[in-house]
Amino acid sequence: MEKTFARPRSLKTVPFRYCPGCGHSLIHRLIAECIDELGIREKVVGIAPVGCAVFSYDYFNFDILESAHGRPPAVATALKRVMPQKIIFSYQGDGDLAAIGTSEIIHAAARGENISVFFVNNANYGMTGGQMAPTTILGQRTTTTPGGRSAATEGYPLRVSELLATIEGASFIQRVSLDTYGEVTAAKSAISRAFRGQMEGRGFSLVEILSPCPTDWGFSPKASLEWIRTAMKKVYPTGVMKDRDKGI
Amino acid sequence: MRKKLLFKKGNEAIAEAAILAGCRFYAGYPITPQNEIPEYMARRMPEAGGVFIQAESEIASINMVYGASAAGVRAMTSSSSPGISLMQEAISFLAGAELPAVIVNIQRGGPGLGNITASQGDYFQAVKGGGHGDYRCLVYSPFNLQESWDLTMLAFDKADEYRIPVMLLGDGVIGQMMEPFRPTKYVRPRLPKKDWIVNGCKGRAPRVIRSLCMGPGELEQKNYDLCKKYDAIRKKEVIFDEHNVDDAGLVVVAFGVAARIALSAVKELREQGRKVGLFRPVTLFPFPEKRIAEMARKGKRFMVVEMNAGQMVEDVRLAVSGASGVTFYGRPGGVVFTPEELYKKIKAEYSRKK
Ligand SMILES: Cc1ncc(C[n+]2csc(CCOP(=O)(O)OP(=O)(O)O)c2C)c(N)n1
Ligand code: SF4
Repeated sequence: MEKTFARPRSLKTVPFRYCPGCGHSLIHRLIAECIDELGIREKVVGIAPVGCAVFSYDYFNFDILESAHGRPPAVATALKRVMPQKIIFSYQGDGDLAAIGTSEIIHAAARGENISVFFVNNANYGMTGGQMAPTTILGQRTTTTPGGRSAATEGYPLRVSELLATIEGASFIQRVSLDTYGEVTAAKSAISRAFRGQMEGRGFSLVEILSPCPTDWGFSPKASLEWIRTAMKKVYPTGVMKDRDKGI
Repeated sequence: MRKKLLFKKGNEAIAEAAILAGCRFYAGYPITPQNEIPEYMARRMPEAGGVFIQAESEIASINMVYGASAAGVRAMTSSSSPGISLMQEAISFLAGAELPAVIVNIQRGGPGLGNITASQGDYFQAVKGGGHGDYRCLVYSPFNLQESWDLTMLAFDKADEYRIPVMLLGDGVIGQMMEPFRPTKYVRPRLPKKDWIVNGCKGRAPRVIRSLCMGPGELEQKNYDLCKKYDAIRKKEVIFDEHNVDDAGLVVVAFGVAARIALSAVKELREQGRKVGLFRPVTLFPFPEKRIAEMARKGKRFMVVEMNAGQMVEDVRLAVSGASGVTFYGRPGGVVFTPEELYKKIKAEYSRKK
């Protein structure tokens, strides 16, 4: 009998220790499947962020370099420049990429670095216990916005994909989500597209993934997906924000 | 045959020596008085087949160096004091991840934005860590362009040998001055194979480079392992230079450009028959504490001269450990003292009753 569903080679044979229902496990799997399908596992170097996904080095079955908080795009820039034939991706949360690392991501995009960035937007700081992130939506309660984020005091959520899509150096930017089966399939295509773009030398690509953090949101895994659908996607619509080849 | 002398600006000598030593990645951000380094690298690095990047900040620069080094490439950044402050987190990461790197600090006056003249105010930062956690950088302090050239080359070798960040601690004078020097040829020593780099796991098991150590006892062990490395460096890598210390009653201790100015004052005092010597640490970490302790036991007094408010003097006092007297003369705030000024100060100290 043919085996049609198996653990990707690009994942180690250990169980994920992310929280139940956490988006990181699923995103790791999607990235690993794409890497297997493209046959690039032995050419990949991934960059682990500071955040829950720092532990991605326990799960990915290829070379991983850990980076300081927010700096993966600078680290990726150097890796790619000194090894243009290798495939370099950074994996970053919204504290990492949209707060402390805004400078690095904007300038990597502006330079048009030929790297792939996977940006996990879970609307809060997971690892440190659920504080407000720049992506926290208005009204959302976090440990540092106990009354809900208010525009008057905390300002507005940052739409990273829309922002980066204005940068000439960026070649492909898409926001995807994990809340339905269809969205997960679209997420995988976008990830694959980002890798293929790099393999073809098209330059900077970023996939933003709306991702559940049931633990810090205080919802069940199922209710978390519901919240992405009903609340998050209103602020962060999915879709292709930029595709230089198609003139988008 | 005598080898031709080179005549270059200090910053350019450092940049060219780096290229000849095999540096193939440089990232930096403009700041006076070190701009000639990125400018030179922008020209030379592509010729040498390497990568030059003008980064968006010193934070990005040093993290780029971190990435290039993880791929096994000899990598360097340079800056001046405020920029080096911004790099401290990543320098700690380099130490923790055990990645080689060369960092050049052409110091200027501080604190804060300070000024752009030469200073030695970053001794503590360079020597005592600067960033967080228990780590050390090997720190070289050149006092002329010959040393800038030779120590830059050595810095790359030692960074690779020990897998540590190495700092070249210069200053605005060393960076900006021009003088002839012998362009010593770079001879690559035998170094351990870089069997730890991340460049794709073809034909081998995947590798991880990290500094996070969450296992029980893991981080303590890592720190002990680092300590072993630092102990080996203390044993093997101390470099210092002495002038007329054997019969000296008073030994002037100075590093970098302060030592250069002090040397002319000391020579003049010697010519007048005054028994003054100069002791110059070339490595600031490891500090030549044994040699200083030895001189202290012989009853020599010390006068520490620095272009700061008194930093290395603390290490001299530690080495002397009360066995002899230590005094200090310094000018902070980016003031370069004159040879006449030092001549007077040293002479007064020499003549002072103990
Ligand atoms: C310089 C620095 N500042 C702060 C921290 C603490 N810290 C660790 S993870 C994190 C935020 C993580 O949030 P995010 O990037 O959204 O990732 P997530 O954990 O949600 O996946 C912070 C602030 C740190 N490690 N380093
Ligand atoms: S805290 Fe949130 S992001 Fe972190 S592992 Fe748990 S669910 Fe995932």
